[in-house]
Amino acid sequence: MSYKKLYLLVCSFLMVFAYSASAETDKECFEKVSRGIFKFNQGFDNIILEPVAKVYNKLPEPVRKGTGNFTSNIATLLSIPNHILQGEVRLAGHATGSFLINSTIGVLGFGNPASLMGLENQKEDLGQTLGSYGVKGGCYFVMPILGPTTVRDTLGMIADTNYLDPFARVTWHEKEVKNISGTKIDYVGVKAATAVDFRGDNMTNFESLEKNSIDLYAATKSLYLQDRKNKINNSSDNEDDWGNLDN
Amino acid sequence: MKKLILILVSCIFIVKISYATTYSSDPKMFVSELVYDATSKLSDKNLSTEEKHSLIESIAIDNVDINALGLYTLGELRKTADEDSLRNYQKSFQKYFLKTLTSRLSDYSSNKFEIIEAEKKSANYTIVKSKISGNENQPEIKIDWRIYTKDPQKPLVRDLIVEGLSLARAQKEEFNSILTSNNNDINILISKLDEFIKK
Repeated sequence: MSYKKLYLLVCSFLMVFAYSASAETDKECFEKVSRGIFKFNQGFDNIILEPVAKVYNKLPEPVRKGTGNFTSNIATLLSIPNHILQGEVRLAGHATGSFLINSTIGVLGFGNPASLMGLENQKEDLGQTLGSYGVKGGCYFVMPILGPTTVRDTLGMIADTNYLDPFARVTWHEKEVKNISGTKIDYVGVKAATAVDFRGDNMTNFESLEKNSIDLYAATKSLYLQDRKNKINNSSDNEDDWGNLDN
Repeated sequence: MKKLILILVSCIFIVKISYATTYSSDPKMFVSELVYDATSKLSDKNLSTEEKHSLIESIAIDNVDINALGLYTLGELRKTADEDSLRNYQKSFQKYFLKTLTSRLSDYSSNKFEIIEAEKKSANYTIVKSKISGNENQPEIKIDWRIYTKDPQKPLVRDLIVEGLSLARAQKEEFNSILTSNNNDINILISKLDEFIKK
């Protein structure tokens, strides 16, 4: 089967699920399978990601901070078109300024002088953009290695990687843009560094969550969905759903 | 002699009462004093682990609305479950909550804590914003405290919102998942909580 056919098949499959889930994010597409994949991901984390992140955390702080800045600066390339699609011109301007300043004065993004100049660099993706248009998440599921997601966020991720993200165009798709070229290894390397940086930053949080949950899968799902909702609303205001317990 | 005993007993009683109500009624000061008290007890080298845990538990029992939190995390089932089951659930939930709270506080107690501001949301709620400084395993963490202020003289903690993520809601959804996959049987949830407590 050709790559294009497979891609079309995956997209159609996800669209069907998005429709049939009638936009209820807390519903699962296939919970048993997702729980199995979640276990596999935990194994992957225990054997590979966590040990690598532990070694990473032993590196000097400037190295870790530089890595975080570098991956965050590359992610800005995806945020810019999404800010525009959300009509957030001011934030698009901030993100563009931030990318230009950090890539030049900040030496390829390892430094973050843009934040010292007061430029905001809020991360956005197409899943968030669709969410801001009112598209609901659709059902929830877990992907191998990539982790928790929803139908909307997966469709967003596919479109981001194929069309919106200039970094993915140059590296994963190996398209030359203004004499800049890259390879799939560059793409995977940056994504892996992002994951290790995130895992290293949240070592205590992960340990605490794992230790104190009676259903880690459900706790992770709740935290993922809460986080996506906050990112779509650009706010962390929690709804009051304490009902009659307030009286 | 009887008078002396009476005075002594009264003094002990007053000291005990005043100890239990040490914290300020101002939500911002309340959180600040509560965290200071808890972290100083956890870092006190003269106390054994059991003593530390029991002190933290008594602080939590006095200052966290464990009863409401237990009912909230039970979701809609709290409206239909029978009284006996609810009583058993609340007993197990309190033990479960105190165990996880002590563990969570121990995880973060070595870091510097700072109150940023308080925001009154309604007559019943004030959100106190705070942050915990970072270390090599953890960047700076923002924590919002949902303080229940229905009795202005006795504020109570109802939820911790870590980086915008409500721990009470995560707990509620975790319990809901267990209930949904077990035909909404509260006894299964109670037995899972008891299993966790024994671990």
